[in-house]
Amino acid sequence: MHMPLEDTLGLNLLAANQHQAEHNRDHFDAWRLLCLNVMSSPGAGKTSLLERSLAALATELQMAVLEGDMTTQLDAERLEAVGVPVVPITTGRACHLDAAMVGGGLKLLRQRLDPASLDLLWVENVGNLVCPAEFEVGEHRKVALLSVTEGDDKPLKYPVMFREAHCVLITKTDLLPYLPVDIERIEAHIRAVNPRCAVIRVSASSGEGLETWHRWVREQRVAVVTTPATRETAPALMAA
Amino acid sequence: MHEVDMTKCLVLSMQEWRQQHAPHTPQVDRLHLQVGTFTCVEPDQLVTTWQAAVRGSWLEGAELAIETVPLVGRCLACNSTYRPDPQQAYRSPCCDHPMEEIVSGRELRIRSVDYRLLDPPSPTPFATAAAV
Repeated sequence: MHMPLEDTLGLNLLAANQHQAEHNRDHFDAWRLLCLNVMSSPGAGKTSLLERSLAALATELQMAVLEGDMTTQLDAERLEAVGVPVVPITTGRACHLDAAMVGGGLKLLRQRLDPASLDLLWVENVGNLVCPAEFEVGEHRKVALLSVTEGDDKPLKYPVMFREAHCVLITKTDLLPYLPVDIERIEAHIRAVNPRCAVIRVSASSGEGLETWHRWVREQRVAVVTTPATRETAPALMAA
Repeated sequence: MHEVDMTKCLVLSMQEWRQQHAPHTPQVDRLHLQVGTFTCVEPDQLVTTWQAAVRGSWLEGAELAIETVPLVGRCLACNSTYRPDPQQAYRSPCCDHPMEEIVSGRELRIRSVDYRLLDPPSPTPFATAAAV
């Protein structure tokens, strides 16, 4: 045994996940597609929103979905019914998707289609406002949903998620007439933790705000795809 | 319990670091981490999952020393720094400005490793005999 030594690392604690996330993003850039990571608490309306958005955007964009779910494939079946390819990723005990799980989903997707033919890849994360905020999967943009039934203090209680989001959708606005909730306060609390994100009020039931939301999606796609791709050809997928 | 997955990432990083020292085996005494308060990590849970994860491995006995880094924001109205308070919606007390810039509090960092190097394994008697 020798004298004590010290190495300065300065590494991110999640470096292993980040390496895989960057690897996934390299693929997305080579395929020239936009990847959105959609996150919220359980029941905020991710799947209902995706059903509407997939149907509305299908005429102009080629899309696929990686669908994270802890135990079932119920959400994947709902989205598959819209006519868009869906790869279910059952996470088991894990309460979030990580970059390696999404890498595994990409392998399955490639067995069904050429990802270079896609314009937009949706990742529907596991319903949870805590851990998905810290685990990048290679997405270009993070989208967080907050339904009006959840109360106006959610952004203050789960600030990291709302701070990290590029776009926050306030969902189920059709229920506002029946609830003692002030949507201005919800929006003010989102702005308090994240003054720069887009905030859009939507209802998958009534269709309110969907056009604004879809315009945001189109703008992100243009912004990401017109950035020069970092590589000419897609690198081989890392072993899961 | 996302601390379990975070611990897995940490062990992977340490395995990579270990390879830099081959053929020596580093004996890790302590890992210094920085964890910001504006993250989803609970330091106590990280210590518990770490101890469970490294039991029986080359990292057994390595202690996690976690430095908690407070959330500090900068008020863009007057450029002063402040400790954002959830009760005040994280707004600056000086100018009642929203939390635009985070100076610290998002850290999830492996700062450094305290370790000792064990001697590399000596050539086996079999190899020596073959050379003769």
